[in-house]
Amino acid sequence: MNSAPDFSLERALPTPFHARTQAFNLEGRWSSWNGYLAAEQYFDAELEYFKVRNACGIYDISPMQKYHVSGRDAEAMLNRMVTRDVTKMRVGRVSYVLWCTGAGRLIDDGTIFRLAEDAFMLTCGSPSTAWLKKSAIGFDDLVIKDKSDDLAALSFQGPTSCAALRCMGLDGIEEVRPFEIRRFELGALRFMASRTGFTGDLGYELWVSAEDALALWDALYAAGEDFGIHPFGEVATNMLRLEAGFIMPGAEFNEALKTIRFEHDQTPFELGLDSMVDFKKPHFNGRTALLAESKRGPRVSLTKLDIEGNKPAAGSFIYNSKACRRDVGYVTSGIWSPVVKANIAFAMIESKHISGELWAHINYEKELRHYSKIARCQIKQSPFYAPQHAKLTPPADF
Amino acid sequence: MSFDAIVIGAGHNGLVCAAYLAKHGQRVLVVESQDRCGGLASQHEFHDGYRCANAQHVSHFPERISKDLNLVKHGFDGAYADIPLTWLNPDADGAHIALVDGHLSGVDAGEQAAYQQYRHLLRRIASMLAPFWLKTVPPIGNNHLSEMMSFAHLGLKMRALGKDDMREFLRIVALPIRDLLDEYFDHPGLKAMLSWDALIGSRQAPRSPNNSLLALLYRMADRSLTSARADSLICALEASARASGVEIRLSKRVERVTIEPRSECLCATGVELADGEHIEAVRVVSSADPKTTLLQLVGGDQLEIEFAGRINRIRDRGLVSKLHLALRTAPTFAGLEAPRGRFILAPMMDSIEWAFDDAKYGRIPQVPVLEVTLPSLADQSLAPAGGQVLSANVLYTPYAQADNWDDMTRQLLLARCLNVLEHYAPGLRDLVIGTELLTPVDLEVRYGVSGGHWHHGDIALDQLIMMRPTYGAAQYRTPISGLFLCGAGSHPGGDLTGIPGHNAAKEILR
Ligand SMILES: Cc1cc2nc3c(=O)[nH]c(=O)nc-3n(C[C@H](O)[C@H](O)[C@H](O)COP(=O)(O)OP(=O)(O)OC[C@H]3O[C@@H](n4cnc5c(N)ncnc54)[C@H](O)[C@@H]3O)c2cc1C
Repeated sequence: MNSAPDFSLERALPTPFHARTQAFNLEGRWSSWNGYLAAEQYFDAELEYFKVRNACGIYDISPMQKYHVSGRDAEAMLNRMVTRDVTKMRVGRVSYVLWCTGAGRLIDDGTIFRLAEDAFMLTCGSPSTAWLKKSAIGFDDLVIKDKSDDLAALSFQGPTSCAALRCMGLDGIEEVRPFEIRRFELGALRFMASRTGFTGDLGYELWVSAEDALALWDALYAAGEDFGIHPFGEVATNMLRLEAGFIMPGAEFNEALKTIRFEHDQTPFELGLDSMVDFKKPHFNGRTALLAESKRGPRVSLTKLDIEGNKPAAGSFIYNSKACRRDVGYVTSGIWSPVVKANIAFAMIESKHISGELWAHINYEKELRHYSKIARCQIKQSPFYAPQHAKLTPPADF
Repeated sequence: MSFDAIVIGAGHNGLVCAAYLAKHGQRVLVVESQDRCGGLASQHEFHDGYRCANAQHVSHFPERISKDLNLVKHGFDGAYADIPLTWLNPDADGAHIALVDGHLSGVDAGEQAAYQQYRHLLRRIASMLAPFWLKTVPPIGNNHLSEMMSFAHLGLKMRALGKDDMREFLRIVALPIRDLLDEYFDHPGLKAMLSWDALIGSRQAPRSPNNSLLALLYRMADRSLTSARADSLICALEASARASGVEIRLSKRVERVTIEPRSECLCATGVELADGEHIEAVRVVSSADPKTTLLQLVGGDQLEIEFAGRINRIRDRGLVSKLHLALRTAPTFAGLEAPRGRFILAPMMDSIEWAFDDAKYGRIPQVPVLEVTLPSLADQSLAPAGGQVLSANVLYTPYAQADNWDDMTRQLLLARCLNVLEHYAPGLRDLVIGTELLTPVDLEVRYGVSGGHWHHGDIALDQLIMMRPTYGAAQYRTPISGLFLCGAGSHPGGDLTGIPGHNAAKEILR
């Protein structure tokens, strides 16, 4: 008798790299990202984190959504959709972009790769087919293809990443500047590399067809062995990106098309992404609303905080006095940062209180005993961690 | 040389709007792609010596617009009388039913009494709604005082209706028209006849829930004029517009609305014609349907994504085809002595429903149902001496055909229509010397109306009032500053009423 229900359609799928990554995932700590198995951590998130900060790490980003947008109207279509000026992008470049609703609420962020004059790749964290389809209305010469399942991708990050890639045989990788794309061929293996990432460190993202994914992994791993290569998962990623000052959907903002409650989403200005909104462009989605907001100023502001003590402040309320009478914001992400050696956080704070005192009311636990403390917060203007070596071209050799 | 306003399209709404603007001192240019005025109601020759207009009857044209624009002086023959409506009995020995100026004949006294009750109720409701049509309906939220007054006015009108009528209105407003007619009447033919005006033009059949009653009430508006000669209205409008100083350029197609960024928004600055000419104006007013205007003449890249999506979603796939026949002599409908007005060729409401069922699945009906007129009875000049024009609205013929509108499908539809006509007027087939069948696709191509839709978009609860054509463009303004809509796709809807044109002009002049 076999009455086990068939959950095949609900089951999270292995990514093209799963045959390799599963060997490292000692406790089977997988989460589901866009229907794919994604490693939360392999066996020690801190170790994975230190590998990236001190050597190099690989993160399987195959579950990212990847769309090819091509045709004569591709540039105009994307340019109307995102808040930055796509017409200024040169072929072979990558740009971090945001896109908003007509009301100026952030739908998602992602990257645009200009593959040719009339061909782009758009990547983002969650499925956007419906929005892209809608955004294509009124354009004639346009093809949008969802390549998410066909393209595998690895994020390869850390100070030794460039050296490892050179050792792998990627001639000229050291000349690739930040946000630049280059194509490579190693025997029969063809793939694209971009100098991009989500860690604030030196790093690359490698884009390869799903069939060739394992060949790429093996070549990379073989070359990386001497450079301290190690896979890393979501927990380490979250520490890395927070140190680098990158926002994350589901933490710093909710995707506008998925929020139910009024204004439980965010605008680019609230997230401090002013420089990503280009009002010199005559029209883009949300422009009118954003222009009005830019004049009145955002109601709340995402703020980087250095918090006294060492108790991570994730989830804490922020008050404008030590007496904690009036809450003026909340922490969206918070960790103890090993590299900065500080208790760092992102907090969403009512703009009019930013200039005053800020106090975090932190709850924490020690062996099932609960404690709370009130900790002074200091505002940081620049990213917590932005090492000089990440920006050099060519990067330092090892 | 620059204009205060360029009106795209010399359909009747474009002409009404242009005439009002010119009367208020604006320099107005109308640009029309066809070689004549009238849009969907323009006349054309479809067979040697035989002419006809697509839209035939003016059935509820506001007295106020006629007066404001001096249309009678310019030749409009509008009268305060209903166009006679006749249901033809498919049974050769059976009695026809005629409705002339509110009086029914051909049914028993019980039905007649029921009709009086039915008519009075609908009239009371229609007159409550009447002032609403000739007004801009404010958007929901953040209203100015004057806009709130519009709602208040309707509220007062509703109260004046009295509690019983109000309850009845709310009870019946979303009923399928079949349920309402079944409550009042027994005669299947009477019900088929009375359901017609609730249905024609939109995606509605007798059993379709919602919406159809509103179309019926719209068509019953008070203080309106009728004419069996749409042409007399179009000619009068053209003459009135020209007399007020409107310049009309025919055979010129607008390729796109030119748009420039100005400080905070995008502004319409004029139009570019298909021949490359560029004409500037302070504002552009389009009587082309909303989809054509916004997605083609403006373009998606100038609009917000959500708005373009809503425009794209407008249900504007027409279901009515037009059949024109050139007849050697007048046809004889069995048992009908003096044919006048409109004839309904649909034995019962189910016949209409069955025709709709075919259309739902993208097929032409097995047995089409028809609304027939003989326009040359009112205007002999439409046909050579002795000849007669027969014009029929054919229901339901889907825009998107399962088999495409290829020649075979057309021939089949034509043959089926002729079968129906032959049944009611034996011998008619032999009188036919020329035919023209205009499917929704033909109407789209010929008149530049997306979907070939009668109303430029279904009359349905979600596409009415402050939702017509969609929010963000329902007050005749669009998100592009200086670009206005004035055609049937705007409140309150299609038919030869001139109301969208009138309301748009009011809004522009505000
Ligand atoms: C088969 C059929 C029968 C009908 N019968 C009746 C009837 O008997 N009684 C009744 O009241 N109503 C009837 N109607 C409905 C009625 O005809 C329409 O609702 C009404 O004509 C709409 O008028 P309008 O001025 O808003 O638009 P239209 O009449 O569609 O006019 C729009 C004008 O814009 C022009 N145009 C479009 N694009 C461009 C461009 N790019 N450049 C320049 N010009 C452009 C078009 O050529 C057209 O002249 C019928 C409709 C159909 C389809």
